Amino acid sequence: MASTDTRTDDLAGLEAGLDALDAVQVRRTPVREILVGKVLPPLLAVVLVVVAWQLLVTAQVTEEYKLPPPSAVWDSAVDMWLQGTLLEVVWTSVSRGLLGFMMAVALGTPLGLLVARVKFVRSAIGPILSGLQSLPSVAWVAPAVIWLGLNDRMMYAVILLGAVPSIANGLVSGVDQVPPLVIRAGRTLGATGLRGTWHIVLPAALPGYLAGLKQGWAFSWRSLMAAEIIASSPDLGLGLGQLLENGRNNFDMPGIFLSILLILFVGIAIDLLIFSPLERWVLRSRGLLVRS
Amino acid sequence: MATTTLTKAEDRATVEHAARLSHVSKSFAGPTGQQLVLDDITLDVAPGEFVTLLGASGCGKSTLLNLVAGLDRPTSGSIETPGGRPALMFQEHALFPWLTAGKNIELALRLRGVPKQERRPEAERLLELVRLGGSFGKRVHELSGGMRQRVAMARALAQDSRLLLMDEPFAALDAITRDVLHDELTRIWRETNASVLFVTHNVREAVRLAQRVVLLSSRPGRIAREWSVDIEHPRRIEDTAVAELSVEITEQLRGEIRRHGQH
Repeated sequence: MASTDTRTDDLAGLEAGLDALDAVQVRRTPVREILVGKVLPPLLAVVLVVVAWQLLVTAQVTEEYKLPPPSAVWDSAVDMWLQGTLLEVVWTSVSRGLLGFMMAVALGTPLGLLVARVKFVRSAIGPILSGLQSLPSVAWVAPAVIWLGLNDRMMYAVILLGAVPSIANGLVSGVDQVPPLVIRAGRTLGATGLRGTWHIVLPAALPGYLAGLKQGWAFSWRSLMAAEIIASSPDLGLGLGQLLENGRNNFDMPGIFLSILLILFVGIAIDLLIFSPLERWVLRSRGLLVRS
Repeated sequence: MATTTLTKAEDRATVEHAARLSHVSKSFAGPTGQQLVLDDITLDVAPGEFVTLLGASGCGKSTLLNLVAGLDRPTSGSIETPGGRPALMFQEHALFPWLTAGKNIELALRLRGVPKQERRPEAERLLELVRLGGSFGKRVHELSGGMRQRVAMARALAQDSRLLLMDEPFAALDAITRDVLHDELTRIWRETNASVLFVTHNVREAVRLAQRVVLLSSRPGRIAREWSVDIEHPRRIEDTAVAELSVEITEQLRGEIRRHGQH
């Protein structure tokens, strides 16, 4: 008996040694490294663009009403801020965009799941769904206005038509990329049918789904801007798209530049604040984020 | 009443086999019509028995395990697994990367219907069993290959099945780790009293682990021969008895393979 005990102890010790030797070290990146590697380069790029812009203005390559200096755009931003309308305008669009996006998620997710899991549905509407992605959402503005009138419902309709295909397609490709072994492992554990979908397929497809959400947001935002620029009406409230359109009507180039920059800024900010951290967290927790 | 007593008597403990395969055949649609992969396999695994299925490529080992696991149906013949759905371990760990080691096991418990408050302590116990106590919160990618296979083993054991099916589970590991895991598997098998059906193409591995080695021929897979292994545990891969039997089985296996070279 004593010999068996020693053997067991031996084995435990041996195993502990192997585990220690083979264990994978996970390193966290220090804040300084993130600042130097990730934050500094894009800031530098922005500064360079502004400098180049200012140089073009100074060199008087064209009339100033066509190319206003950065300072004029800045002034018009400050003006709006002092009037208290800047945040209001941004919020009008952002709240519309986010609400529309959430509706698109609520519709696109079950649709994507249906296309991914039901063969007949996939062959029936899969190609149409992919095709819809390449259709510019501006195309929907005209019919939406005629069907629904100049109101928020029309805006949401345009957002949905732009974003739902992206979100559904993202989920479909996420599901398609789930390794068959993962599905088999789930089935041997008893995860079949709806339980398999909930416990195995959906979490396994999450990276692809998130990529779809990210694209879905980009499409939501673009579609909304298209709708706001084309369909303006006093009842709609002033959003970023209308701000741009007003700038055009008043021949206010700094205002146009400001609108474009704000639209760009919101798109980047939402991606940077919501989607990128979410995506990185999902990938890192699965060990899919390779650091170079 | 009599029938009720009969079914009651067929309780897991009193059933005389953990798996019974009778005249199991399987064919798949291939490029040249139906291709017979398994031909008339009849095999019993007794409760608590450790059986290895040995064979070269194309003997349908993995197909056979899929059939026993219920992931696929035989073309003809029948398969009984009275202990319920068998647990299955793969060559790749097949752990779910979005869950921690412990949560992987908890999911298996949940799918088995274990109540919520019992899952955590049971998962800890199973990790303890494979000597990974304290690794509950580890992510799959933070574990080494050997540790992943041990978590996979713990997850398979979480199914509380009387039959554990293993599809070359250690083939992708380095030799030292594999040797250690052989010891672990033997220990766990003896502690849990489960039946094991272990598929491999490694003769020494088969002899080192099993009470019975079943040799399959290839294309189609048929049972060619059986050996019972009466070597005392603990065994080592270098033991003379293990080596001698391995040589004998290897000879036979080579003979089976050679037949395919002669047309």
